[in-house]
Amino acid sequence: MDIATLAFSALYQFGDAFAFLVLSACGLAVIFGMMGVINLAHGEFIMCGAYVTVSAARAGLPLPIAIATGAIVSALVGALIELAVIRHLYDRPLDTIVATWGLSLIATQGTLIVVGSTLAGVGTPFGSFQVGQYSYSIYRIVLFASALGVLGGLYMLFNWTRFGVLARATIQVPHMAASLGVDTRLIYSLTFACGAGLAGLAGGLYAPTMTLVPTMGATFIMEAFVTVVVGGADVFLGTAPAGAVLAVVKSAMTSWQGQLFGQIGLLVAVIIVIRILPKGISGFLLRERT
Amino acid sequence: MDGLLVFLRRLEGPQTVGRGPAFWIVFVIVLAIAGAYPLFSDGYTVGNTVYFFVWVFIALSLCLIWGYGGSLSFGQTAFFGIAGYGYGILTINFGSAYGFTLVALVLAVGLAALFAVLLGYFMFFGRIAGVFIGIVTLAVTLMLERFMAQTAGPEWHVGVARLNGFNGMSGMPPLTIPWPGGGIVLFADIGLYYFVLALLVLVYLGLRILMNSAFGNVIVAIRENPERAEMLGYDVRKYQLITFVIGAALAGLSGVLYTVWGQYITPSSMGMTAAALPLIWVAVGGRSDLTSTLIGTLVVLAAFQALTIYGSQYALVFMGVLLVLTVLIAPNGLVLAVMNLLARLTARRGKGDA
Repeated sequence: MDIATLAFSALYQFGDAFAFLVLSACGLAVIFGMMGVINLAHGEFIMCGAYVTVSAARAGLPLPIAIATGAIVSALVGALIELAVIRHLYDRPLDTIVATWGLSLIATQGTLIVVGSTLAGVGTPFGSFQVGQYSYSIYRIVLFASALGVLGGLYMLFNWTRFGVLARATIQVPHMAASLGVDTRLIYSLTFACGAGLAGLAGGLYAPTMTLVPTMGATFIMEAFVTVVVGGADVFLGTAPAGAVLAVVKSAMTSWQGQLFGQIGLLVAVIIVIRILPKGISGFLLRERT
Repeated sequence: MDGLLVFLRRLEGPQTVGRGPAFWIVFVIVLAIAGAYPLFSDGYTVGNTVYFFVWVFIALSLCLIWGYGGSLSFGQTAFFGIAGYGYGILTINFGSAYGFTLVALVLAVGLAALFAVLLGYFMFFGRIAGVFIGIVTLAVTLMLERFMAQTAGPEWHVGVARLNGFNGMSGMPPLTIPWPGGGIVLFADIGLYYFVLALLVLVYLGLRILMNSAFGNVIVAIRENPERAEMLGYDVRKYQLITFVIGAALAGLSGVLYTVWGQYITPSSMGMTAAALPLIWVAVGGRSDLTSTLIGTLVVLAAFQALTIYGSQYALVFMGVLLVLTVLIAPNGLVLAVMNLLARLTARRGKGDA
């Protein structure tokens, strides 16, 4: 095996890990970064997106539209939950964790009761291609592109649109924004829905690659948390670089010792990072500004 | 003698609900009932009560770390699992002769505490706080579960003890108290019941004394306002770490007793659902008070078991709903709300008499 195929293989592994970390974390990061709320039901929004996507795809919708449906349904569910539960808990962040944990229990067990223990999936589209002696899935490349696309889309949303300006004003000084006439409650609702929708999108994108079980959220949630903790509160200066750093750790450990050690490597990395950079990478990058 | 009196006076104080002769009379009556109860019941029911008691330790540990200390930890089940596996590995390797099971109990709890020192050092001395502690402890717990679940192969063993992957370890010897003329084996009925009951009373009273001592007051001060506590000259990190380690040891004790009770331990005792349950008991009971946590845990556990009999699938959904509603309606816990109400009523009546 020559250097080029080896490099491609490493790059592919990195891209795969990066896409997984960023896609599963960005919904969580948006909600946490904007609202200081940790959404423990994040994995269940991912599950919701995946279930809706697969159901829609099996009902005959083309896959991209099915994925969009999954994301939109998740966002709607998120908006409802924000109205019913989260809204009352903004001044009690620890209680939000507990409440969303309760929601996650309800969602997991409820799905098990209503849908059953598994849902037949859809196959991974696009097939594969060959580099050297290994074959690679094209869909994984699509996922990597989607991760970059999501980051770019979020950047545009928060920097170029009116919603983005109002949202950033609301994070910085909520009372000032409110007194200038910004409906901060609406902004919070929309942000939560946006985070839930991103989770649903992640679920939809990964739905063709995995088996659908009610506990599938747990597969994502650890990686998502680790990325958000390492990244800190800012989506662009935090989640993206954290995703890159952790993807290197994860892909290196995985190809060296297998998947479990990839995850253990992530965990060790996060524990070391919080000791050195308690506010995450974005806290480190932004420290001059504060 | 005076020293002892000061010590005992700490049983009551600002950090614990329940004071005065009335409370302690009720306490003694409840204790007497708990002591006499196995005489009027069958072995299965007594064993089941032991099962409830076992979980109270982990609930009290969460009450200490979360309710008093203000750091929400999802890692209690990790310590539970570590100590449970520790006990299994030790006793399967070294047997139960010469009271070694009791040594194994202490060693396993120590192992959990040691792990907490390591993890707590990185968390508290990295000065992460609030929600991040919850996330990191949760990640550690899930990681441990995944790690233990993949240890099915024969290459995963410690000495002669196979870890057995998802099926978990089983067949460890029960606790044995060395006694001249043959040890007393504590099987999961009356013998273990009195052992666990005695431990429970000790831990409960010990925690009451701890929380009403200077140490406990500092812990609560840190929960209320860490900056102010630090300005007053307390090393916040050290106090938080010590609380975390004590809590981990209690959770570990719970894990050992669970392993002893059922003679098995599986990775799912560290999974998402397992980690959620202590949180529900403590939140519903009233996390900022030991007595409320204790009562709440027993009540919710009993309710959960009753529900499981009628429809096991719906029990977890019900628990989730209970948790969300508690957080929304009675954030300080249902049992604590009732106890505060009772205290207010009796106080008012006392004033009326005078």
